[in-house]
Amino acid sequence: MKEILADLDAWRAEGRRVALARVVNVEGSGPRDPGAAMAVSDNGDVIGSVSGGCVEGAVVVEALDILETGERRMVSFGYSDDEAFAVGLTCGGTIRLFIEPLDW
Amino acid sequence: MAELYERLRDAIIDERPVALSTVIEGPNAGAKLVVEPDGDIFGTLGHPELDRIVSRDAVGELAAGRTGVRHYGAEGQARETDVSVFIESFSPPPIMLVFGAVDFTAALARSGKLLGFNVIVADARSVFATVKRFPMADRVMVAWPDEVFDTYGDRLGPHDAVCILTHDPKFDVPAVQRAVATDVGYIGVMGSRRTHATRLERLREVGVDEKGIDRLMAPIGLDIGSRTPEETAISVCAEIIANRTGHNAPSLRDSKGPIHRPPADG
Repeated sequence: MKEILADLDAWRAEGRRVALARVVNVEGSGPRDPGAAMAVSDNGDVIGSVSGGCVEGAVVVEALDILETGERRMVSFGYSDDEAFAVGLTCGGTIRLFIEPLDW
Repeated sequence: MAELYERLRDAIIDERPVALSTVIEGPNAGAKLVVEPDGDIFGTLGHPELDRIVSRDAVGELAAGRTGVRHYGAEGQARETDVSVFIESFSPPPIMLVFGAVDFTAALARSGKLLGFNVIVADARSVFATVKRFPMADRVMVAWPDEVFDTYGDRLGPHDAVCILTHDPKFDVPAVQRAVATDVGYIGVMGSRRTHATRLERLREVGVDEKGIDRLMAPIGLDIGSRTPEETAISVCAEIIANRTGHNAPSLRDSKGPIHRPPADG
């Protein structure tokens, strides 16, 4: 989170609404450790990352929805053959994210 | 609103250790507790007992530099799973003390920065220990090892590193003496195998015990055939990582023969 603090502060100064996504759990092979963070502003700008670029697009969609509804939630991304073309991690692991509005 | 975020942000920016505990599953999802190393807390997870137990765990996680999910009962009971709490530790950057303002120092300081170290370069010779020569360092000290360890010694722990590049007994004997008296996780000492053999005699003479000597990575770095200052810096940083993770990597200390061998044919 440290690396996105300056941008978060700039967004807050501009009065943007912000959703924060943090990796809380990694099973198997995963690109980033728990604590990796990204944030999405209400106009769709993105800072930080939570994987090697595999799931960031899907996280943006979730984050914008969470800004809309205000409902914080856990989101998982994994890999299975059934979903070879769905969003997932090519490295074979599963990551769990907690996504919430930055309203605290 | 924003009070918890600001408290967390200020601690991270001021490089004070702090832990953020967040309920991620169970009642009160999103509830937060900011925990400081002395056990002071801000916010609540929804129940005073849960706050008490989680803050105690968070202090431990923070000391170990760990981040992860733990499970509790709604009132903090162990062996229950009503509430999942993500405890995130924010530790100040680890310290890399580099002794000797030599030609290898600039490359090592750059690599240390790449790994997120707070890099301090020290040398007693004011002509060499200048910010101009080491603009990438967080601090350049014109100082003898004693002064450097008086300043930083108590702060050194398992994630920190001491790299002694002076290969001059005047500097490296006192630097090693003080380094082995700390809890620092990595002590690397530059110099050929012959230099190190002589150095060991001097270290034993001044009372460094075998336990201390076992902690020294000397000659410094992994045995990857590095030659240039930059390659050497990579081999030292890789050794620091392997030392911390306990993974198996070929240290020069544990190999035999010349440090610099001609490349294998082919």
